[in-house]
Amino acid sequence: MKSGSNLERLLESGQFAVTAEAGPPKGSSPKVVQRKGELLKLCCDALNVTDNQTAIVRMSSLSGCVLLKEMGMEPVLQMVVRDRNRLALQSDILGAAALGIRNVLCLSGDHQKFGNHPTAKGVYDIDSIQFIQMVKAMRDEHKFLNGEEISGDVPFFIGAAANPFADPFEFRVTRLAKKVNAGADFIQTQGIFDMPKFIEWMKMVRDRGLDKRTHILAGLIPIKSVGMARYMRNNVSGLSVPKEIVDRMADAKEPKEEGVKICLETIEQLKEVDGIHGIHIMAVAWEDIVSRIVEEAGLMPRPVV
Amino acid sequence: MIIAEQKALPEIQDMVSSYRKILIVGCGTCMTFCSAGGPEEVNKLANELVAENKDMVIDKTTTPRQCTEKFIDRLKDKVGDYEAILSMACGNGVQAVASRFPDKPVLPALNTQFIGVEKEKGVWTENCLACGDCILWRTGGVCPVTRCAKSLLNGACGGASEGNCEVSKDRPCAWQEIYHALKRLNMLHYLKGKPQVKDWPVHPGRVVREDLREIEATRVD
Repeated sequence: MKSGSNLERLLESGQFAVTAEAGPPKGSSPKVVQRKGELLKLCCDALNVTDNQTAIVRMSSLSGCVLLKEMGMEPVLQMVVRDRNRLALQSDILGAAALGIRNVLCLSGDHQKFGNHPTAKGVYDIDSIQFIQMVKAMRDEHKFLNGEEISGDVPFFIGAAANPFADPFEFRVTRLAKKVNAGADFIQTQGIFDMPKFIEWMKMVRDRGLDKRTHILAGLIPIKSVGMARYMRNNVSGLSVPKEIVDRMADAKEPKEEGVKICLETIEQLKEVDGIHGIHIMAVAWEDIVSRIVEEAGLMPRPVV
Repeated sequence: MIIAEQKALPEIQDMVSSYRKILIVGCGTCMTFCSAGGPEEVNKLANELVAENKDMVIDKTTTPRQCTEKFIDRLKDKVGDYEAILSMACGNGVQAVASRFPDKPVLPALNTQFIGVEKEKGVWTENCLACGDCILWRTGGVCPVTRCAKSLLNGACGGASEGNCEVSKDRPCAWQEIYHALKRLNMLHYLKGKPQVKDWPVHPGRVVREDLREIEATRVD
């Protein structure tokens, strides 16, 4: 075991994993995180705590992780390289290890321009792939980026993101391979709406044998309304929302039900795709739907490993 | 070249408001080429300032380069007559002039933007951050440090769409350009290398050439 995390044990034992996202609040109340933890506790194997997502200032990811851990949940610490240089990243990794966090997701982060401090100076000292490599060396070689020795263990199950839908399409798998070579133990993908494109991407992933070297969790975003579908199609960078999905949401008498239906259909299709080891549900501001989706997808109860 | 833009007139008026007699100095190299601080812009700014304040005495001149001592020196007999110098150089030129005339207020009329090129008439784009360690040989002649909004050395990130950067649809994704350039040059293997972490330089920068210093030290005039 690299980290001994629940997520690692589950994936290494060949079981289908379910993770979800729990964004911390724009405030200091622990209750928001705790409420999301309660909602998601029984239906997920681990919970991602986002790191100033969409570049909007929120409670720190590490604090959110500690709050979830205190409740007996297993957190995934999301970390972006937008806000921290190599010193701060390594320091937070050590702190997270000391606090018993065992999963980390290494990300570039949305550009600060999109957030609520759009003129902030972006750090981007290292990029997400260099970050993965750095955490791997901290874990496996007990070495800082500069080669100095680290005292103590840094046991992390290292994750990365992949977007099968961004351009250039033919280069996306090369970049995934780079992440896997750098040390990504698991991958959480961008939300999937364009199934044919995702299937094509997964074929390229399998052709390179990458599904055997990392655990790919397919991303899902439950849609609440046609407005949300249109917003994601037009405003969220790197998302591909086909017209068919937008039309279905527009025509639906009960849009929320239709959103759940789309999500469940996607999960059924994903179960048939070779090389998918789990799902990652990003129900932004709709966390209470996750347990129903997991239940109706036939993925309950979650296995104990 | 260095690209700059003139400040808004009210800010310039505010800077010069306590002076009655000023010298506007244009710069004959980059600032002339990017139409920010050449002779034409010097004339235009002088006219605008006088139109707003008839009592102000404004004289004009343009040096070939404000960042080069021998050209700054050409101003030395003039500056004594003025209360302040309004420089239409980049930040580099403003500081060089201020350093040469330490007892004279030297005011910047421009906002320096970047090192770049004129893409089309009236459009300039940034190309070089002067990061001190050029990797253009393995990125198809496209700089990711400068032209990727996140300075990623292993892009493209997940935000690129239809060839554009997530930051703005009027900015091409540098990593897409790199990918296509390397493909065209049959150099795609450069994308597969082990990621190296960049050494960022210490600012302020300082370049020392011992060979040139030695020649200078042994020169007998």
